[in-house]
Formats: sequence, structure tokens, C-alpha cells
Amino acid sequence: MSVDLSQFHQVFFEESFEGLDVMESELLDMDPADVDDETVNNIFRAAHSIKGGAGTFGFMPVSEFTHVLETLLDEIRSGKRSMEPRYVDLFLQSVDCLRGMLSDMQDGNDPETERPAELRKEFEKILGMEQESAAAEETSADSDGKDSGWLIDVHPHTDLLMTGNEPFRMFRELRELVGEDNFDVTADIDNVPELSSLTPEECIINWQIKVTTSVPLDEIKAIFEWVEDECDLTYLPLTGDAETTSDNNVTPDKNAAEEQQPQETPEVATEKAPVIAEAQKSAKPAKAPKKAAESSSIRVSIDKVDSLINMVGELVITQSMLGQLGQDFDLSRLAKLQEGLSQLEQNTRELQESVMKIRMMPISFAFSRFPRLVRDLGGQLGKKVVLETIGEQTELDKTVMEKINDPLVHLVRNSMDHGLETTEQRIAAGKCEEGTITLNAYHQGGNIVIEVADDGAGLNEDRILKKAIEKGLVPENNSLTPEEIHNLIFLPGFSTAEAVSDISGRGVGMDVVRRNIQALNGSIEVKSQRNVGSTFIIRLPLTLAILDGQLVKVCEETYIFPLVSIVESIQIHRSSLNHVTGSQYVMQLRDEYIPIVRLDKIFGLRDEKDVVDEMMLVVVEGDNEKIGIVVDDLLGQQQVVIKSLEQNYQKVSGISGATILGDGTVALIIDISSIGKNIVPVKRNQNRSERAA
Amino acid sequence: MTSILAVDDSASMRQMVSFTLKGAGFDVREATDGVEALEIAKTESFDLVLTDVNMPNMNGIELVKNLRQLDNYKFTPMLMLTTESAGDMKMQGKQAGATGWIVKPFNPDQLLSTIKRVLG
Repeated sequence: MSVDLSQFHQVFFEESFEGLDVMESELLDMDPADVDDETVNNIFRAAHSIKGGAGTFGFMPVSEFTHVLETLLDEIRSGKRSMEPRYVDLFLQSVDCLRGMLSDMQDGNDPETERPAELRKEFEKILGMEQESAAAEETSADSDGKDSGWLIDVHPHTDLLMTGNEPFRMFRELRELVGEDNFDVTADIDNVPELSSLTPEECIINWQIKVTTSVPLDEIKAIFEWVEDECDLTYLPLTGDAETTSDNNVTPDKNAAEEQQPQETPEVATEKAPVIAEAQKSAKPAKAPKKAAESSSIRVSIDKVDSLINMVGELVITQSMLGQLGQDFDLSRLAKLQEGLSQLEQNTRELQESVMKIRMMPISFAFSRFPRLVRDLGGQLGKKVVLETIGEQTELDKTVMEKINDPLVHLVRNSMDHGLETTEQRIAAGKCEEGTITLNAYHQGGNIVIEVADDGAGLNEDRILKKAIEKGLVPENNSLTPEEIHNLIFLPGFSTAEAVSDISGRGVGMDVVRRNIQALNGSIEVKSQRNVGSTFIIRLPLTLAILDGQLVKVCEETYIFPLVSIVESIQIHRSSLNHVTGSQYVMQLRDEYIPIVRLDKIFGLRDEKDVVDEMMLVVVEGDNEKIGIVVDDLLGQQQVVIKSLEQNYQKVSGISGATILGDGTVALIIDISSIGKNIVPVKRNQNRSERAA
Repeated sequence: MTSILAVDDSASMRQMVSFTLKGAGFDVREATDGVEALEIAKTESFDLVLTDVNMPNMNGIELVKNLRQLDNYKFTPMLMLTTESAGDMKMQGKQAGATGWIVKPFNPDQLLSTIKRVLG
């Protein structure tokens, strides 16, 4: 029978990555001086499963590497050794190494060999395994098959049958091994009592088996391997030599040594090589599940699926009710129709909610990598840092979560590197020596808010301003508020780090963080107080698939603005627009000038001579800057399903996607940050020169 | 049809074992740990139990020990899936009443031949 093992690879990779996450989080939570059994057991179990699966599915480098790791864990688990901080470090490095190896193999590539070899050496040094493996080689030579046969005495203990072992099975196997003609068995029934006093559960017959064969003794012993402890077994060579081998005569030490060593019976040993070769063969063509597959599946709780099925059931009932109504409809049943339609609307909404919930995952998946990051970075920076996470069960869309990971990592690195002071500085400032990084997630309206806070020195306004002036980002004689100064850190090319460090000075500035967040229809702001700390607040939509939109009308077209970007809508007269440069208009709105964008002009919808005097202005905020967008009319607000323009057509500047409206027409969704791109410089100059004046 | 209870916390191993055994014509019931297996075993009977050793909630050794207490399972063959390094596990398993073991890594053919050996 041939089973294609590659069909189980994807599940194996998924559970292995989960196992590594468990190992990592248990290791990070562990206090090496006070380790409880359950923690070590959990780590051991995860490593053990990875090893077993990797071996079975032919990923031998992973299996071999996990073996040494597991051996050390086993010694700790069994109390032979106590946990030490250096072991924790080594285990954590191994987790990273295994992740890399598994990812490589998942992508169909050969795993890297250098790092595993280095780590393996470390483990072997601890375990003193070099000597052991040499010793193992010496002991591997055992009896050979020079004999012409064996006389085997089998004296089962009375409880043999209670282990599910059946003597007849062993005899049958032995007969198959040596051939029927070379096999002779005699039963000794002396101990069998009268039928009346017979206990059928007990094994009371002894056997003597004579086999004439050159088959090595190890192969014969392998048949009785499972019952060595439940039988007295004696092997007597038929050559008449003095050698008598009795398994029960072996000393306990030797017995233990045999158990300890991975000493294969020839049966297993000879079969193992082709097995592995075969498994590796089948592992290679299984390149198909690429890295993308890693994130293309989600684990959904049965509750969520049940609720979905329930909703679909309701929908089917409503549909059949409406169907019946439609077959024989007259106006007298209008009320019934309206009732049915409102039920349909409710069903659809509930179904939508249920489907969205399936994509929702707790943010703990994103937060879980930070304990490690904080630990490692703290070590590198020589800072004592405690990580606090709040609201880990807050759910958000899987795609949003995947995309927010990098900005979060950047923010945490930044807070640790630039935000938190050194231990000496903290003590001098009268703070506790341990800095705290807090990750907090919560829902607010239709958004998820993620805060990255530190209790460090806070943003240095003087330094930021000085840098911004140096870089020509703001004029020297400005009158920026502290909040505005804080927000300067999000401008492209801004960096106050005096020396580019390994930690956060990687050429990625806060502007990139903000751009990534804006690409998710989100926003970021910072609040900071000197010597108290800084908090970065990220607001994100719960999902990327559905948008709360404001429908607007421009000529005959309908466009959609993300509701979250709209600050206000006002009616204006054409005369309130001031022409500044080229075709750029600005308008004074209370105490500030805002640049104006005319959608009709951008999309070439009407001639200049047809422009009306009364206009509707929607003030939106993108990139922390306000712009006004001129439209003809405001229509309703509704949730719209976002269809990608890029996937169906091509990327269009100023448009983030499209949707299909209730009447079947297509409406374009305006990308607030890119539609205002061309006019932002005008706005800044205008604003600042105005203020300066 | 010969029925087998396959117990493993690893989904990939469980799927592989189950797929192989079903393909060979066995009736297979799966459990993810000892507790679940014991619950199933109390209401159904099996011709063979195949269990992983290292599992959360109740490990394979405890499972075997518990199963042997049940009248239905006094003589039922019970095989443990274990790694070669776990020598003491084999001993503990035997003491708990396991019939024998299959050493990991194994391939589907080895699994089938061992099971057929036991079931005759």
C-alpha cells in the first residue's frame, strides 16, 4: 500500500509552527531558578511532536536537530539536570533555528545547515554526547548468525495475556522468519491444573522452540521484544557451544543501557534506511504548499461555523417565504412582502457579521512575538525592560493583523531604543530601573485601537524642532504647538537618533510606519510628556473587506469617501476659494487654510464654464493634514464591500477600490491620502507663511 | 470490520495513521488525547488501541493503565507510538499494560505490518 505522505505536510508544518510558539512562550515565561514540571513538560511535548512528525514525514534535518534538543529537555524533565539561563537561551535560539528550517522546507528548499550544526555542537557539549556516541558504536556489535540454530525456552509469567500479547502470534512470526520446516515447538503443560480450578486469564503453559536457522539471534529476539519482561526467555545454541544467552540473566545496568541507546533491532535497522530515503523522496516533490499557504488558512472555532450555518438556515427560510410570496403576488400582500424584505435585510446583516467573525482573530497572535523581541532587545541594549500586554483577546481581521505586525515591531523597537532611558539615566531621574513597554488593544466604535506606550523620557521637543528646522521641514520662526512638534516625527526623512543604531536605525522611519498604517485605512498619532513617556496610538478598521462609506455625487457619478476620514461637511460659495498657484485652490476655514481638491476636475467630469457657484465641501483628514474636497451633493452613508481595482484592472492613483451599489452601478472609493498628495506641499507653505506673517 | 482507536495529539500524525489504516480496510476512530480516548472507549469497543505517549491532559501510559481497568479492554492489544530515545517510556508503558510499541519514525507500510502482526 502506498500512501502519499506529502498530503499531511501542510498540517505538520502548521502544528510545528504552533508547537514552536508554545515552546517560545513557555521559555520566555520561565524563571530558570524555579521551573515547574508542567512548563518543562509542555516544552518537551512540543519538541517531541515536531521530532516525531519530522521523522515520519521525512524531514530528517529537523528530526535530527530536535533530537539533541529533546535529549537535554528530557534530562531536565527527569531531574537529572536543572534548568539554567544558558539553556533557556540555547532553547530559544533553537526555536528560531527550527522555524527557519521548517520555513525553508515548507517552501520546498533545503534547510540551512550551518546554524543547526553550531547549535547542535552546543547541545552536545552540554550533554557530553561525543563520548556517548563513540561508546554506542562500540556496543553495537553483538551476536552474529554463525550458529546453526537455537533452542528457545519460553516461560511466560502468568500475566502475559493481560498485556494483550498472544504467544501464538510470536510463534507464528518466528515460524515465518525461519521457515515452517525449520521450526518445531513443544508445549509443557505440566502446570495446567484441573479444568475446575483453571483461571483462563492466566498463561500457564511453557514452550520450548527449536529453530534450525542461520538467521541472526537479534532478529529472533526482536520477535519477543515486547514480552521480554513478561517471560523468562533462554536462547541455547544448537551447535553445542558452551554459549548460553538468557535475556533474564542480563544485569539491570546492561538492560538500562540497552534502553537508553537507540539500539535498533536489525529488523528495524534494515528497514529504516529505505524508509527515510522514501520519505525524503516524497518530501521533495511536495514543494506545492508555498509560503503563501502559511497564511492562506485559518483555524475557526466550531461555534463560529455553527453560527454561520444557523444564519444560512434562516436565510433559506426567508428566501423560500419570499419565493412563495412572489409566485402569487398582489398588492394586498404588500405588508407581508415588506416584512419578508426586512427579515432578509436582518438575515443578510447577521450573515455578514458571522462571516466577518470567521476572519477575526485575537490580537494575542500579533502580541505573542513581543515578549521575545523585548527580551532579546533588552539584552542587546543593556536595558531592563518589562513588557505588559493588555486586551490580548481583542479581535481583528486576520489580514489587518498580518499587516500591522511590522509597524508594531518598529514602534516597539523604537520605544526601547529611543524612548526608554538607560538604567543609569532612569535611576538618576528617580524612576524605577526597569522600563515598561505596554501594548494595549481595545475596540472603539468600528475600529480597533492599538497603543504602544513606554514610560521613558518622552519626546524631546527642542531636539525634534531643531532637527526639523535643520532639514528644512519647518521654517525657523514657526509657532508650532507641542502636538504639532510631536507629529513632525512622522515626516519623511526625519530621524533624531544621534547615531544610527542596530536596533531601530534601519533606514525605516516613522513615515513608513505611518504610510503602512494609512494603507490599511488607519491612522497613527503620538502623545508624549517629558520624563513620563510616549504613547503611539494606532487606529485601524476591524476589517479591510468592508468600509463605512459616505456616498457623494459629482456630476452623474457616485463616489465613496471612507467615513473615518471625514472631519466635516459644509456648504460653500465658489467665491470663498482662493487661487494660489497653478491650478491649486485654498480656502480659509476658521483659523486655517486648507487646500481644495475638485473631484470634477480630477476626473474630467465637467467643463470649467459649467462650474456652479454653490458647492458642497467635504473636509477630510489624511496624513494628519486636512484637505477639502468639492462635491455636488452628499448622498447616504452605508457599509460597502471593497472590491480591489488592482486585481480586476490596475492601480489608479487617488482611488483605493470600487464597490457595487444597491442599484448595480459601480462606485469608486476615494483614497484620501493619495488624492491629496500633489497639493500637500502647497498647503504647508501656505499655512506656514501665513502663520509666520 | 476490525476497529482501531487511534490516539495522538498531533493532527498530522493522527491523519496519517487514520488515512493509512482506513485505506487498509480498518474502521478507525480518532482521539486527540487520553481523556477523550478513555471517554470513547467506555462507550465503544475496539480490537486494537494505538496511542501516542506524550499527550496533554492524559498521556498514553495513563491511558493504557486506565483502559486495562475496564473489563472490555483486559486483553485488547494496545500499541504505543514512541521514539527510539524514549527507552524508559517503553518500560513504563509495559508496566502500565501496553502490548508493544511502534518506534517513530515509521512509514505507513511499517505501521500496517505491525498492526497486522498483532491482529493476526
